[in-house]
Amino acid sequence: MLEVRDLVVRYGPVVAVDGVSLSVPPGPAGLGLVGESGSGKTTIGRTIVRLTVPTSGEVTLNGVGAFRARRSALKAYRKSVQIVFQDPDSTLDPKMRVGAAITEALRAHAIVDRAGSRGRVIELLTSVGLQPEHADRLPHQLSGGQRQRVAIARALAVEPRLLVLDEPTSALDVTVQARVLELIARLRDERSLAYLLISHNLAVVEQLCEQIAVLYLGQVVEQGNARRVLAHPAHPYTRALRAAVPELSEELPRPATRRAEPPDPAHPPSGCRFHPRCPIAIDRCRHERPTLREVGGRLAACHRAEESLADGSNPGP
Amino acid sequence: MMLEVRNLGVWFGNRQVVAIDALDLDRGQVLGIVGETGSGKSMTAYAIAGLAPGMGARVEGSVKLNGRELIGLSDHQLRDIRGRQIAMIFQAPISSLNPVFRVGDMFLRALRLHGASKAEARERAGIAMRSVALSPDLLHRYPHQLSGGQAQRVAIAMAVALRAEVLIADEPTSALDVTVQAEILEVLQKLRAEESLAALFISHDLAVVAGICDTVAIMHDGEVVERGPVAQTLRHPKHPYTRELLAAVPHLGSPGASDA
Repeated sequence: MLEVRDLVVRYGPVVAVDGVSLSVPPGPAGLGLVGESGSGKTTIGRTIVRLTVPTSGEVTLNGVGAFRARRSALKAYRKSVQIVFQDPDSTLDPKMRVGAAITEALRAHAIVDRAGSRGRVIELLTSVGLQPEHADRLPHQLSGGQRQRVAIARALAVEPRLLVLDEPTSALDVTVQARVLELIARLRDERSLAYLLISHNLAVVEQLCEQIAVLYLGQVVEQGNARRVLAHPAHPYTRALRAAVPELSEELPRPATRRAEPPDPAHPPSGCRFHPRCPIAIDRCRHERPTLREVGGRLAACHRAEESLADGSNPGP
Repeated sequence: MMLEVRNLGVWFGNRQVVAIDALDLDRGQVLGIVGETGSGKSMTAYAIAGLAPGMGARVEGSVKLNGRELIGLSDHQLRDIRGRQIAMIFQAPISSLNPVFRVGDMFLRALRLHGASKAEARERAGIAMRSVALSPDLLHRYPHQLSGGQAQRVAIAMAVALRAEVLIADEPTSALDVTVQAEILEVLQKLRAEESLAALFISHDLAVVAGICDTVAIMHDGEVVERGPVAQTLRHPKHPYTRELLAAVPHLGSPGASDA
């Protein structure tokens, strides 16, 4: 349904996204986009909702190009793709009551007239687990979790086919996060929704997405079934990310990267971009950029992916 | 006991935000204080570090460091203790560093203030940098030339150089990427083993606390609802709130993962 092809986004000397291809199938479906600061995951999300203009590459929804469509088709595109940000306060006008904020979205896309809006607002609030009386509240009269529910309701108001969820629960307390994650899963199933979930939290992605793409310095390093990729990573960066997640045990995670100066996105390392931090890098990795290829039922961009997979427990050189 | 907190109350006007009967921290130990937004965990840390009155709070009760009462000391006396005995690091590491000084100059100023000679200060700065696995070359950089993980390690190195006895760390890894977090936790673990550093580790992340702390106090609405050795408390939680927190943590590889 949504196709991202060879996307490149350049900010001055920095190539934030460097040739990324992704696809999200029609709902109910979720693709998780993971990676650390500077990986380009947020830029990809912003490009899909047309907040950022790509340097090259294509984004299409059912064949309609986000950056080359005619006016009428573009209008349909914008309505079909909505975004929810980490901080709901960035979406909600502090002086606008919740009901008015949702009505605004409905009217912007001419979905309802004035008379029909109240019923629709209440329906939307109920569907995200809020009460009808929340329509009369101002954002500051709601908790952080409730505000994020309002942001989700507002995004759903125009009945999008695809939601871009950019770290939707990262600013929330863990008990609140758990309930918002449940809500997202329920909406996916009830509304047959597709989403791109951008998150630094691997467990959240595993819980909500069947597909995953792991990004490092603007490139996809591994992509495939989320459970498979996370349980048996083929790329040493995926493995390092996985290993760094603390578990509820007395064992601290051991750093699975070699300590190196953090990479400078304006001057990415030669060859494989991960090689200065990679525990199993060989000479070839310094010179030859690995392509994304099929290994063990997923895509991975690593010269030594087969060895990594074969020797899952001990990724020594 | 090195640090003893008794009947600590923190008030803003007539609203009490912290009400803790007892917390103890011994040399070489790490005590985790866990809670959600508004639980009072950070204000507890500020009160212990003597920073709460400056934020407009009224503090009651007793905080004893090596037997010396800290509540009621003058600003001047507290500043001296904060430099030498108690060090604090924050979620945003850059906020602990002065943007207009090179890292090395910050070390020099702080160490000389506490009576070190110039040569001695240089040497101690280099040793402290190495103890947090940073190259002493970074002493020539300005804070904005450091990555988040490097800046947090510099802040920890400062505590090491000043030979602080207690490190109060307020969400020290929450703003960092997980691979960088793993490096910082490794550094703290090493300092505890090698330097007998004691730390109060304020965090919302139960998994991090499980890994690095010896004891844990779970806070809710300003009160400690449960405390004890970390393994026992997190494996066999007694308080319903601790159970709720534990149940909410998403796990990798759990059976609830998506099959859709």
